[in-house]
Amino acid sequence: MIDIIIGHYNYWIVILLMMAGFYTVINRGNLIKKIAGLNIFQTSVFLLYISIGYVNEGTTPIIAEGFTRYANPLPHVLILTAIVVGVSTTALGLALVVRIKKAYGTIEEDEIHDKDMSL
Amino acid sequence: MIEQNLCLLLVVIPLIAAPVTAMLPAGRSPWLFTLVITWLCFAMSIWQLTMVLDGSTISYELGGWAPPWGIEYHIDALNAFVALIVSGIAAITLPYALRTVEREIQLQETSLFYAVFLLCLVGLLGIAQTGDVFNLFVFLEISSLSSYVLIAMGKRRRALTAAYQYLIMGSIGATFLLIGIGLIYAETGTLNMQDLHQRLQPILEHRTVHTGFVFMVVGIALKLALFPLHLWLPNAYKYSPSAISVFLSATATKVAVYIMLRIVFTVFSTSFLRITHTEFIFLILGAFGVVFASIAAIVQYDLKRILAYSSIAQISYMVLGMGFASTLGITATVVHVFNHALMKGALFMAAGAIVYRVGSSRFENIYGIGRQMPWTFAAIFVSGLSLIGIPGTAGFISKWYFMLAALEQQAWLIALVILLGSLLSVVYMWKIFEALFFRRSACTAAPVAEAPLSLLVPMWILVLANIYFGINTELTVGVAETAVRLLGVTAYHE
Amino acid sequence: MSDQHLLLMAVFTPFAGALAIVLFRHWPNLRETVTLLTAAAVCLIVVTVFMRFDSGTLMAIDIAEPLPGLAIRFEVEALGMLFALVASVLWLVTSIYAIGYMRKHDEKNQTRFYTMFAIAIGSTLGIAFAGNLFTLFLWYELLTISTYPLVAHAGNKKARRGARTYLRILLGTSIGLFLLAILITYTITGSLDFQEGGILAGKLDPAWAGLLYALFIFGIGKAAVMPFHRWLPAAMVAPTPVSALLHAVAVVKAGVFTVLKVTIYIFGTDFITSSGASDWLVWFAGSTILLASLFAMVQDNLKLRLAYSTISQLSYIVLGALLATNMGLLGGALHISMHAFAKITLFFAAGAILITADKSNISDMSGLGRAMPITFTAFLIGSLSIIGLPPFGGMWSKWYLGMGMVETGQWLLLAVLLFSSLLNIAYLLPVPVRGFFGKAKDGTEYVQIKEAPISCLLAMVFTSLACIALFFYPGPFYELALDTSGGR
Repeated sequence: MIDIIIGHYNYWIVILLMMAGFYTVINRGNLIKKIAGLNIFQTSVFLLYISIGYVNEGTTPIIAEGFTRYANPLPHVLILTAIVVGVSTTALGLALVVRIKKAYGTIEEDEIHDKDMSL
Repeated sequence: MIEQNLCLLLVVIPLIAAPVTAMLPAGRSPWLFTLVITWLCFAMSIWQLTMVLDGSTISYELGGWAPPWGIEYHIDALNAFVALIVSGIAAITLPYALRTVEREIQLQETSLFYAVFLLCLVGLLGIAQTGDVFNLFVFLEISSLSSYVLIAMGKRRRALTAAYQYLIMGSIGATFLLIGIGLIYAETGTLNMQDLHQRLQPILEHRTVHTGFVFMVVGIALKLALFPLHLWLPNAYKYSPSAISVFLSATATKVAVYIMLRIVFTVFSTSFLRITHTEFIFLILGAFGVVFASIAAIVQYDLKRILAYSSIAQISYMVLGMGFASTLGITATVVHVFNHALMKGALFMAAGAIVYRVGSSRFENIYGIGRQMPWTFAAIFVSGLSLIGIPGTAGFISKWYFMLAALEQQAWLIALVILLGSLLSVVYMWKIFEALFFRRSACTAAPVAEAPLSLLVPMWILVLANIYFGINTELTVGVAETAVRLLGVTAYHE
Repeated sequence: MSDQHLLLMAVFTPFAGALAIVLFRHWPNLRETVTLLTAAAVCLIVVTVFMRFDSGTLMAIDIAEPLPGLAIRFEVEALGMLFALVASVLWLVTSIYAIGYMRKHDEKNQTRFYTMFAIAIGSTLGIAFAGNLFTLFLWYELLTISTYPLVAHAGNKKARRGARTYLRILLGTSIGLFLLAILITYTITGSLDFQEGGILAGKLDPAWAGLLYALFIFGIGKAAVMPFHRWLPAAMVAPTPVSALLHAVAVVKAGVFTVLKVTIYIFGTDFITSSGASDWLVWFAGSTILLASLFAMVQDNLKLRLAYSTISQLSYIVLGALLATNMGLLGGALHISMHAFAKITLFFAAGAILITADKSNISDMSGLGRAMPITFTAFLIGSLSIIGLPPFGGMWSKWYLGMGMVETGQWLLLAVLLFSSLLNIAYLLPVPVRGFFGKAKDGTEYVQIKEAPISCLLAMVFTSLACIALFFYPGPFYELALDTSGGR
């Protein structure tokens, strides 16, 4: 029992962050907050990858004398790529929010919806 | 040299072309350059298809690194077919795009527009070509990000909110896919699709594998606009620029169907589908999607929206085909990927032509426009007949296979749903025909001319292709059957 | 000219004609000439095909194979030959009629009219010469679609509504029921070829045969078996030449023709009788005959009365098919030709009355016969042929149908046949009788009204004389029908 909670603490953190991010995306009406939530959501996935990529007592994956155990470099590489994707998405999202603000005058979802419906 | 690197060139050439296009001066040159690149890609994809038509596969190692450590491009008939569809639609959209983009996008943004278009093409072609799941994710994100940008460049401000909504939902979907990939990687240690297939076989009952599968399927379903994850599609198709509606409706969701086919059948295998009873989920969601989306289409009063909901219904058909998980079912899905690209491409081109002349696609503004734009209306009519599935058109071939797949398994309810979907499509297509041709226009607007040739010719090429591939199905059915065989799907047994 | 090319020309000449009509749209006289020339050419080609067929040549051609094992195939056999002859001869006659009608009535969109007409006839010939069920279904659907603009021709709200009903029922039945039946047949047998003795015998459990047969009968909506009959009265909003040729001849006959083909060449008459597939379907056909005749009696609008009469007459043919005996099939096949000539005469007359006297209700037509004697005489002749009295062609088909019922011991159906003939008298004869002998409602004398335009009269006279001629010389139609029913 203890083992499930303490031993897998990384998964618990991942799940917590993932749900927090997801909830923010769905529940918050402010467009920037949604993007923030999306970021948290994506970050949790990064943590998932990196944490499961850890090899017990492995060292940095650079071949050197005297070391036989290395941490798995592949998840790190994948996550770097995913971070880049996440950053681009955030940048694009924020650019869209700037344009939306210019076009609508607001960045609250329900106000935008009202403006669209009232036309 | 070219032949050996062909599968990579298909991705690299538009990739290099994109920043070059961005640097070209605004005006005709970005368009011209993009046109040349897309036609080049189309020619290359035809060449590639001829190499794998007989069932052989191409295996290409990127950077000389052998799989499974390096990224591998593993091309079989299905990859080449999807690449053909994507590059073909891009090639035919470009001549069409000249006038519509001039009308809808500001002059100083045109170079960037075409550059992002090329990036979208890179993403879609990359998905079609790659044999590595993470590479798939990267290309998926490339195509998605560029499509968010392209949609946001629509004229009305609602294009921005539509793009934003698509961005949020699409990113969540892609992240789900990433989670799934992560879990599968944790279980097997590889990212190569062929290798994954081998390594997953002995551990198929692990809960982690199941969880990974679910995440991947849901993520792809979001990109696919499978009911009930379709909410982003109607707005995105309606508010995007005309050329982009054509391109995305004919390619983006089809590529997502391809991804689903690859993940479910190549990576996981048909038996896994049956073990987890995912086929029932596909059948149920597909059936709901067909009925719900068709009914939603009937109550719309905007041409582009009707077509958008119709797309959701057609994609649900493709998912139904996957749910049958038999040779006939997947053949139907693959054939319909091609046929639907033709149908929807032509229909959105015609809708774009109307928007070009009138400025709106709402029915109240376009009653009776068919009389003033007879060629455009005729194109809508013939493609509409193809959508309904009248014999002699490509749509009938798809419908025939779907029905055969249903009847083979004695899935009477699904067969009735398919026929019901067809009947509902008669209702909404006829609503379009009547509104465009038989109704008198309410306002006394200025008379409208027929669409210019650069819009009509690509439109009619697609329309005639509808009829051609409804009579001569050697290419479509032939490739589909080869592809299905290679996917490892077997015929339905009792 | 090779047989195969001749066959292709028979089907595709109307389409070429349609193209020419569109090209000549700005010169009405030239355009009308194209229609007449095309119709005459098609008539000639079909007669040539008939002569070659009669001498024993087998004519068939495959033009494409969209689906594995299913080709678009044209083949000449007796029933198709009969249908093609009727359709092509009557197209020529109707074209002559239509020119007079459309000009006198000053109709709009005449180019669209003649173009879609040609395409509709081309589709009809495609159905007639279809070599397998797949090809037949293809042209069947094209016929529905090409006739839609003809039904909605007037463009007003009423026409649009009628056209919508038309489309709803025809496409609804063809996609929902007919296509399903075709797919089931294909799944069971692996083919859709027309073969003597049918392709289902031995492959289908006889218990299910009735259900599949019902799917076909109701799915072939053009045969107007109740309750899928409403499209026919709804289609009467079309201009009369459309009602005459298409809804008395081409579209409706395509329906019953398909029923006969499915009965003889997909199911096979032996399989039907042995499995009892049609036992309960005959009651639907029988009630359609009766109910439609009763509906006809209460209609005041002449075209609507004729529409319900057609529904009733179509079920005669369906009944002949369902009985699946030699006599029944002979009667049914023969009735395709007899009813076509008689009904088209009636519609021609109705159209003439509409454009000359501007009357569409029967109660307004008393005494009109004295001002339009030729029209009303033609109507009389057509009526007598439908009722089935000698010396008119309709007698033969009714005779054989009756014999078919006697053969199978279906006394109740025979009673239905006789009773509906009485009803025929009741709803058809009053029109010419009151026309000649009645007094106009408000006592007006019709002095200004002349007879119908000359081309309309020509057409009417030809078809009514044909009704008489077919009694004495049923010749080719009888031989072909005999061939079909396996009586030779």
